[in-house]
Amino acid sequence: MNVGVVVFPGSNCDRDMFHVLSDVFNLNAHYCWHAKPLPENLDAVVLPGGFSYGDRLRAGVIAAHSPIIQDIKKISEKGIPILGVCNGFQILVESGLLPGVLLKNDSLNFMCEWTNLTVENNKTPFTNQFELNQKIPIPIANGEGRYFVDDETLDQLERKNQIVFKYDQVVNGSSNQIAGVCNDDGNIVGMMPHPERAVESEINPHDNKPSSLIFESLLKKMGVNN
Amino acid sequence: MNLESHELEELKSKIGREPTSTELQIVAAEWSEHCSYKSSKKHLKMLPMDGPLVIKEKGYDSGVLDVGDGYVITAHIESHNHPSAVEPYGGAATGVGGVIRDILSAGTRPIALLDGLRFGDIEKDQHAKWLFKNAVTGIADYGNCLGIPTVGGEVEFDECYTNYAMVDVAAIGFGKKENLIKNHAKKGDLVVLLGGATGRDGIGGSQFASDSLESEDRSAVQIPDPFIEKLIIEAILEARNEKLIHAMKDLGGGGLSCAVSETADSLDIGIEMDVDKVHTRESDMHSDEIMISESQERMLIVTDSEKLIKLQDICKKFRIDCSVIGHVTFDNKMHVKKSGKTIANISTDIVANATLLDLPSKKPIYLENIENTKSFPLLSDYSEVMLILLASPNIASKIWVYGQYDHEVGIRTVVKPGYDASVLRLDNGKFLSIKIDGNPKQCYINPREGAIGCFEEACRNVVCTGAKPIGMLDHLQFGNPKDPEIFWTFLESLKGLTDFAKDFEIPCIGGKVSLYNETPKGSIKPTPVIGVLGLIDKTPLRIQKINSGDCLIMIGNTKDELGGSEYSEYIHKFIGGKCPVVDFSDSKKNMNAVLEIIKTELIKSAHDCSKGGLAVAVSELCMTNLIGCTVSLENVPGDKLDNDKILFSESHSRYLVTFEKKNLQNLEELLKKHNVSFKTIGEFGGESIQFTADSKPILDLSVDKAQKTWLNSLKEMVMHA
Repeated sequence: MNVGVVVFPGSNCDRDMFHVLSDVFNLNAHYCWHAKPLPENLDAVVLPGGFSYGDRLRAGVIAAHSPIIQDIKKISEKGIPILGVCNGFQILVESGLLPGVLLKNDSLNFMCEWTNLTVENNKTPFTNQFELNQKIPIPIANGEGRYFVDDETLDQLERKNQIVFKYDQVVNGSSNQIAGVCNDDGNIVGMMPHPERAVESEINPHDNKPSSLIFESLLKKMGVNN
Repeated sequence: MNLESHELEELKSKIGREPTSTELQIVAAEWSEHCSYKSSKKHLKMLPMDGPLVIKEKGYDSGVLDVGDGYVITAHIESHNHPSAVEPYGGAATGVGGVIRDILSAGTRPIALLDGLRFGDIEKDQHAKWLFKNAVTGIADYGNCLGIPTVGGEVEFDECYTNYAMVDVAAIGFGKKENLIKNHAKKGDLVVLLGGATGRDGIGGSQFASDSLESEDRSAVQIPDPFIEKLIIEAILEARNEKLIHAMKDLGGGGLSCAVSETADSLDIGIEMDVDKVHTRESDMHSDEIMISESQERMLIVTDSEKLIKLQDICKKFRIDCSVIGHVTFDNKMHVKKSGKTIANISTDIVANATLLDLPSKKPIYLENIENTKSFPLLSDYSEVMLILLASPNIASKIWVYGQYDHEVGIRTVVKPGYDASVLRLDNGKFLSIKIDGNPKQCYINPREGAIGCFEEACRNVVCTGAKPIGMLDHLQFGNPKDPEIFWTFLESLKGLTDFAKDFEIPCIGGKVSLYNETPKGSIKPTPVIGVLGLIDKTPLRIQKINSGDCLIMIGNTKDELGGSEYSEYIHKFIGGKCPVVDFSDSKKNMNAVLEIIKTELIKSAHDCSKGGLAVAVSELCMTNLIGCTVSLENVPGDKLDNDKILFSESHSRYLVTFEKKNLQNLEELLKKHNVSFKTIGEFGGESIQFTADSKPILDLSVDKAQKTWLNSLKEMVMHA
C-alpha cells in the first residue's frame, strides 16, 4: 500500500510521519515534494505538521495555493483517504477541502502538551477501529490550533457527523472542543493533535494503543492485514 | 569598530603598511573578544578535550562524540546575552539560529535544543518580566518553526541581571560518522555563500558583544528568519548526502570577515572574494558593511565547479539564494575585491589569530568574609516557608516556559522536560541524556566550588536517567576581564571545572566564553553554565508512578552548606555563607551506585537534590505524583544539623530514590556494596508533604495546594502585573 507524505517548504513532521508509516506500520511511504505532481499510484495521502512557508500570513494559507493541492483535490474526489495533521489540517482548511478555520489558541501562546481526545465519528478511514467515545491520549503542538466554525456550520457538522475528534476538556478554546473534522464524504480527515508522536510506547508516557488505531483504521480500510 | 590603538599599531607592524578601511573593519571584528577569545584562550587549554569517544576535525564549531554503530553526536553551546538584553525576541531567536548552524556545519542534523535563561527580579521589575516573556517567545517561535525540539534548560532570576539578559542555547546534532564534513579544499575550489541575503542588521555585533552594555545599539541585533534557516538545514543536508561540500562554516559573529578568514586559516589556504558577488538585502551597502554584517541564516561552503551545479539545483529546489563569492588560492591570504579592485589583502593568519592576552588576576576583596556562616532563627513550623519557596520564581515549575516549546517533534524525546534531564532515543538503539546547569548564587560566593557544583549537578541529572556522563560543554560568562578581580573569578571557575573534568574523565567537547557581561550597575555574578551529555547503552530509567506504601531512600550526605541557597537568599535575603563543596570521592561513589541500582530495575525513579534542598526535592516528587510523603529528618544521612539546614541546604552528590517496599533489602545490599552514605528517610502515602523532627511534625503541606502553587506561580507572575 502506497502512502504519500506531502512535503512543503517548512514542513517539519514529514520525517516523523514517514518513520511511523514505514517503520511502525510497514507501509510504502513516499515523500511528495509540493512542486512536483502527486504520484498516481497512491492509496492514501498524509499532509504532515510543520510550519509550511514559515506560517506567514496565516498558518497553511500559502501552501493551500501550491499546485499539489489541485492533485490532492482530484484524488480526494475518488474517495482516497487523506489525513491532515496539525499544519496539514490547517492547509486542508485553507484550501477549502475541510470546513472551518484555525485561529490562534486562546492562550495566545504556542502550546505543547498531552491531551485526551474522544472519538466522535468511527466511520472514517482513520477511525474505523475505534469505539465511539473512546479516549486517545495524544500530544498537541501548535500556536494556531483553535478550530472555529460559526453556529450554522457547527449545526451542519453535527448533523452530518463531520466532527471526528473532540478534546475531553477545554484546551485552546476551539468551537465545541473540536480537535478534528472530516469532509462530507468522510474520506478527508484533519486533526490538530499529532498521532505520529503517540504510536510508539517508548515516547508515549500514557498509552500508545489508541493512537495506533488511527493508522490501523487506514490499514483496515485498505484491506491490509498487519 | 573599536580596534584599540596598540592593536592598530600591532596590525600596522604585522602587515608593514597602513591598513585599508576594509581591513580595519575585518580585523576589528575578528580581533574582538567575541571572535578571538583573546583574554581566555591561553587558559582554556587547561581543560581536557580528548577522550576515547571524542572525534576531532579541523574547523569544527561543535564537539563530536562517537556514540557507536557508525553514529555521532555533535554538541555546542552559545549565548546571545547582549542582543537579548536590547531586543529579547530577536536576540534570543537568533541565538538559537546561530548554534544550530554550528551543528549543521559538521554535517549533522540538529535534533535538540536546551536553553538557559537568566533575568533580573521578575517579581519587582517590569523590565525583567518583559525581557523574560519575549526571550521565551523568541526561542519558541524559532525552534518550533524549525522542528527542532527544545527538550530542556533552566530559568533563573537574580538581581545581578537587572537590565540584562542571559540567553544560553545548547544544540545537539546527530548523524552518521561517514557523513561528517571533512573540511578540506583544493586549488580552484569555489567559495559559495548560501542562504539569507546580507543586510544591515547585526553590523558590528561581535564588537557590540565585546563591550559593556551601555547604549542600546539595536542595529547590532540580527533579525531572525526561522523559515530560511529551515530551508538551509534541508538544503545543506541534501548537499551533504550528495557529497557536494568540501568545507563548510556558519556565518556568526564577525560575519563574512570571520567565516572567510577562519576557514582559510584552519584549512591553510587563501581565499579571494568579491563583495559585489554577495547577494544583499539592500542595493547600496558599503563593502565594509557587507564584510562585517551579521545577518543570520547564512553558510559559507567550499566546493568545486562540477559540484556547484548540483548545489545550485538544490538551492533552486528550496528557493534559497547561493552566490559564488570567490575561490580558493594558495597564498594564505584573505583577498577581498570590489569591482575588480583590491580593498583588503591580508594574511589569514594575522586576521584569525589575535595576539592572546595574559591578563592580571587578583582575588576579589568581597570574597574574604563571604563564607562566614549566619544562623537563621529556627522555626517550629516550616510549612509557610515551604509554600513561599514553591511559589518563588527560581523554584516554581517552569511549565509555562517549556509548554511553549515543541519538545516532542522529531519523535526522539523519551524523557520530556520537567524531569532531571531529558532523554532522546538514537537510531542505534542507545539513548542520549542531556542537561545544562548554572548556579550564579553559589559561583558568586565561591567561584571554584560553585562551578564544580554546576558540573556535578548536571552529571547528577543525567545519572538520574541512567546515563553515564561522556562529555561536557562549558559556557563561561563573566564581566569585564580587564578587572583583575573578575578575571580571577574566571580563572578559579575554569580551574575547578578542569579538576573535575580530569578526575571524572569527562572531556570538554565544546564551549564558549562570554565576557563583558556588565550593565551600568556593574558586573553580573560569575555565571558558568555547564552542559553534560550522558549515554545510555540499553534502556533509560522508565520513571514509574509512585504509589502509597512506596519508600524513599536518600543517598549522599547533607552538610551545613546554606551559602547561595534559595532558602538563604530568597527567604532571608542573605548573600553569603558556606558554599556547597563537592567531595570528588563521594560524588563518584554515589554516581556509580545510582547508575547500578537503575540498571537493576529495583527503583521507580531517581531525583537529584539541588535548588531548595531536600524539602523541595521531596515536594517535587509528591507534586508530580500527586501523593503525600512523610520524611523524618533524623534519618537524613550526614552530620546532626539544625532542621533548616537539613531541609534547605543545597549540598551536592545527593539523590532521592523511590521504590516499592519489597525491594528494600536488595537495594540496601547493593548500596552497602558501593559503600555510599544512605538511609531510608520516608514513605509515600496520604495527601500531605510532611517532615518530622524527633517525631514532631515541623512541615505539613497539602500536596494539592503545593502543586497548584508550584505549577501556576510563574505564569501568574508573567501574566499579571
